[in-house]
Amino acid sequence: MNNFQYSRASDVADAIRLLAADPAAKLIAGGTNLIDLMKENVERPSRLVDISRLPLRDIEETADGGLRIGALVPNSDLAYHPLIEQRYPLLASAILAGASAQLRNMASVGGNLMQRTRCAYFYDTTTPCNKRSPDTGCSAIDGLNRNHAILGTSRSCIATNPSDMSVALAALGALVHIAGGNGERTVALTDFHRLPDDKPHVDTNLGSGEIITAIELPPRGFARNYSYLKVRDRLSYAFALVSVAAALELEGNAIGEARLALGGVAHKPWRKLDAEAALRGQAATPDHFGRAADLLLQGASARSQNGFKIELARRAVVRTLMQAANATPQSQAHKKIA
Amino acid sequence: MNAYVGTATSRVDGRAKVTGAAKYAGEFAADLLLHGFVVAATIPRGRIVRLDTSEALKVKGVVDVLTHAHRPPLAEQDEAWKDEVAPEQGSPFRPLYDNSVKFNGQPIALVVAEDWETAKFAATRIRVEYEEEAFATDLESERAKAAKVDQPHKPRGDASAALTRAAVHHEADYVIPSEHHNPMELYATTAVWDGNGKLTVYDKTQGVQNVQKFLCSVFVRKPDEIRVISPYVGGAFGSGLRPQHQVVLATLGALALKRSVRVVLTRHQMYGLGYRPMTIEHVALGANRDGTLEAVMHEAIAVTSRFENFARNDTGWGEQLYKSPNSRLSHKLVHLDVATPCDMRAPGAASGVCALECAMDELAVALKLDPIELRLKCYSDRDQSENLPYTSKQLRACYARGAEAFGWSRRDPAPRSMRDGKDLIGWGMATGVWEALQMPVAVRIVLTANGHAKVSCAASDIGTGTYTIVAQVAADALGLPIENISVKLADSSLPQAPVEGGSWMAASSAHAVLGAAEEIRQELVRHVQAMPASPLSGVDAADIILVDGTVAEAGDRSRAVSIADAMRHGQVERIEKEKLNEFPEDKSHARNTHSAVFAEVKVDEELGVIRVTRVVSAVAAGRILNTKTGRSQIMGSVVWGIGMALHEETVMDHRFGRIMNANIAEYHIPVNADVHHIDVIFVDEPDDRINKMGIKGLGEIGIVGVPAAIANAVYHATGKRIRRFPITLDKLLN
Ligand SMILES: Cc1cc2nc3c(=O)[nH]c(=O)nc-3n(C[C@H](O)[C@H](O)[C@H](O)COP(=O)(O)OP(=O)(O)OC[C@H]3O[C@@H](n4cnc5c(N)ncnc54)[C@H](O)[C@@H]3O)c2cc1C
Ligand code: SF4
Repeated sequence: MNNFQYSRASDVADAIRLLAADPAAKLIAGGTNLIDLMKENVERPSRLVDISRLPLRDIEETADGGLRIGALVPNSDLAYHPLIEQRYPLLASAILAGASAQLRNMASVGGNLMQRTRCAYFYDTTTPCNKRSPDTGCSAIDGLNRNHAILGTSRSCIATNPSDMSVALAALGALVHIAGGNGERTVALTDFHRLPDDKPHVDTNLGSGEIITAIELPPRGFARNYSYLKVRDRLSYAFALVSVAAALELEGNAIGEARLALGGVAHKPWRKLDAEAALRGQAATPDHFGRAADLLLQGASARSQNGFKIELARRAVVRTLMQAANATPQSQAHKKIA
Repeated sequence: MNAYVGTATSRVDGRAKVTGAAKYAGEFAADLLLHGFVVAATIPRGRIVRLDTSEALKVKGVVDVLTHAHRPPLAEQDEAWKDEVAPEQGSPFRPLYDNSVKFNGQPIALVVAEDWETAKFAATRIRVEYEEEAFATDLESERAKAAKVDQPHKPRGDASAALTRAAVHHEADYVIPSEHHNPMELYATTAVWDGNGKLTVYDKTQGVQNVQKFLCSVFVRKPDEIRVISPYVGGAFGSGLRPQHQVVLATLGALALKRSVRVVLTRHQMYGLGYRPMTIEHVALGANRDGTLEAVMHEAIAVTSRFENFARNDTGWGEQLYKSPNSRLSHKLVHLDVATPCDMRAPGAASGVCALECAMDELAVALKLDPIELRLKCYSDRDQSENLPYTSKQLRACYARGAEAFGWSRRDPAPRSMRDGKDLIGWGMATGVWEALQMPVAVRIVLTANGHAKVSCAASDIGTGTYTIVAQVAADALGLPIENISVKLADSSLPQAPVEGGSWMAASSAHAVLGAAEEIRQELVRHVQAMPASPLSGVDAADIILVDGTVAEAGDRSRAVSIADAMRHGQVERIEKEKLNEFPEDKSHARNTHSAVFAEVKVDEELGVIRVTRVVSAVAAGRILNTKTGRSQIMGSVVWGIGMALHEETVMDHRFGRIMNANIAEYHIPVNADVHHIDVIFVDEPDDRINKMGIKGLGEIGIVGVPAAIANAVYHATGKRIRRFPITLDKLLN
């Protein structure tokens, strides 16, 4: 670990000031990702700006009937919040599919959005990795890539974004509120994370010196027909091989609105509007779900070890949509896939 | 009298452990304690041409940086580095000895600082330049270089010819990856400088006397200059049999700086220690139509380092277990640029029997025989390798009791025939076998007139429950309540014990306790019989027992004298006896434990997700001293077996010769959600030949067979035979 300075931000403006004053400074919230990366010498901030005590812990209703969630709300509090459980159970489920209870207690909403890839080479400073050290090469492309991306990859990087929460947020159409030296702005969650292209070291569109202050959920919660299914190498406490967030509005057996996002397959939560559009007005059947899956997975390509993910993702999409349609969402507490 | 032996006695050290009162190696305090942080090599093979410590030494709080070029003297002969369990052939690894790099993750420097964080930070300031050499770490691509290292095994009959002739035959490779132990407690040593060159070394180890002798020999010290203590061990599973890097480094630091030094390895660095070697197990079985075997062939090809030949018995189990006129075995090693493997729970058997029992299942399918029936067809009441009877072997009862508890008779043999909604159900079984060994162990008992006894021995309790069974056996033998027994273990100054491993400690320590207690009884009998008007005068000494705090006639307990009175009359305050266990040499019998393991899996047909929903393990292991700690041993083993079957794999990138999942987020072991119902059955196995108490040991038998039972269940569920472990869902989907 590097030596670093430590400052506790007194408010958001102070945090922004501290970041501006020191380009190598980093925000720290729950610390569950950043500290690990510092221990491995992957992140070497010159200063930690501790935002964990800033008053960004509220969950409030917005004027249009949505919710605004402060960036420092712990993942567990969010998952178990009555308004989330009742109105956005997809989000609650996705959060509970991630990490462990202890980690979720520490992890913040903002930190979760900013967590970095779990690519083993990214973590090992002795190996080439474009994301960690630009222009050194990507060790995964011809190396261990069993859990790497099948969509939106580039020649520079095939890493995945490991967040479960973000997958649900993408499906729900969440917005990210950002504050920075130039004031406040809002971006759609689906535009928040980037694809790797030739700059894999840049994970998100958050500018340097900016801070996430909140996420906002639009009013539609899909509380009746939803499911979050995470397929992984053990039944809990593992990152997704593939995960699916699915949400439907049904009129009888006909699909009114559909939302679909994949996790564990790309550098960002993977959502494609044409896959959802193809479902609208259709009957909720495995065939239609399969077609949507094909659209969602269009262009998928594999490296030496991750080819299985393409078919797995397709099947998982169909299963998750069936769970959603049947109003039998995947339980994150049961040791069984519904 | 057995008030405690055979019961579900709770751990005597349980309270200390859950309250934190139990101290582990890295928790002992010392005045002016320094902290060492290990710097590890980042290449698999080559030479260090420059190791620049100047920047690290400038960091405030850094006291010194030890390297091969800057350290106290270390022994030069290989023999000095061979601990009690070192492989016979080879030259053990020596931390900070010279500039050669033999494996990735090898320690190459120790930064010593006033606190751990400073040491860790300063470690990032060390610059190393290597001269890299060509290397190889991939067993499969180097398979052709495999060479036999064992004593040539004498084949039985002509297995190749028999295989060709056999009506039905099955032959395949089973691949078991390297696996790391990942005990919860990190490897740690606190070497306390006692002054005048003397050290008290608190170490995480399975054998304090092994470490003590090793340190004395490596650092050329007199036996009274180093004492090694390891009161509690947070899991080791074989990884602590040999002295590990950190104990050498902490001792080196303490001797160099004449101060106490603590070294704690990081989880990552623990992947530079030993591991279960990757093996390619080639098994060939030839059978007659009725299921009797004609040929058993087993060849294991295993990883070892370039500098030591580590080999275990992977291949001998089939030829020992199953009747077959022809058999041939061989164990080959491939030398690679990796650390030397080491023992890991049921070394050899966990991997070899996994392959054997998968192959037996495949043979049963080919023969259209029930898997149990096949095993009964070639069941042998004699050890087939040595042609010896067993001291006891209740494996038949294991099959029967296990099958009954599992409901095996309801199994439809056709693959993919059983379902539960979207899940395919599979039922599989396998045999388990392990050795029942016993080793020389001495125990000292000090009985005081207030009816309290202190029992001490250098043996370790690595979490298995040695404290508890020693207390149980002593309480029964001395006729005292268990609360009156205090047990002290794992101090090299205590009576002799070998490393705790091989499942031999229960039998070995129990009989040492029994021996020392018997001498105490004899002395008490002498005191009582010397009393004027002794109620026991005239009673044959052999009929006098210790019970309920008294010395009493076995047949008439009203004829009794309290221990306190006996000792008062004998004018002794304490009776101290030390005894080495004695096991009469008996080469006329084979000694083994056995098990039958039954597993149910449910496999999501579309997604390939596997759950092990039920395991029944029926174990025959002689007398079970403690049904609670015994059951825990088997349950823990079954959980590990689930991991072996479905999760565990040390993943290396052979382009770099580096382990890429050296942490327990990415190196998967089963979590709670992966563990469902586990049923442990102890099958009665009286054995008055193996030793007085009929004890065989339980530490290892529980894992053997579990991975095969699960793999066989996966086949039964899906019709897919996965011979490359672990069985992950991608292998089922492909
Ligand atoms: C063993 C393990 C298993 C895990 N498993 C899963 C899993 O299965 N699924 C899953 O989704 N996650 C998993 N996680 C990751 C976990 O969800 C994240 O570590 C956590 O959400 C990060 O939140 P934090 O508050 O601790 O972030 P920190 O570690 O404090 O920060 C992470 C990053 O976010 C930045 N940051 C924090 N807050 C803000 C803000 N308000 N604005 C801008 N930047 C900010 C920091 O500068 C830093 O770069 C796992 C983690 C571990 C250690
Ligand atoms: S996939 Fe991305 S993170 Fe992984 S090695 Fe390649 S560049 Fe680095």
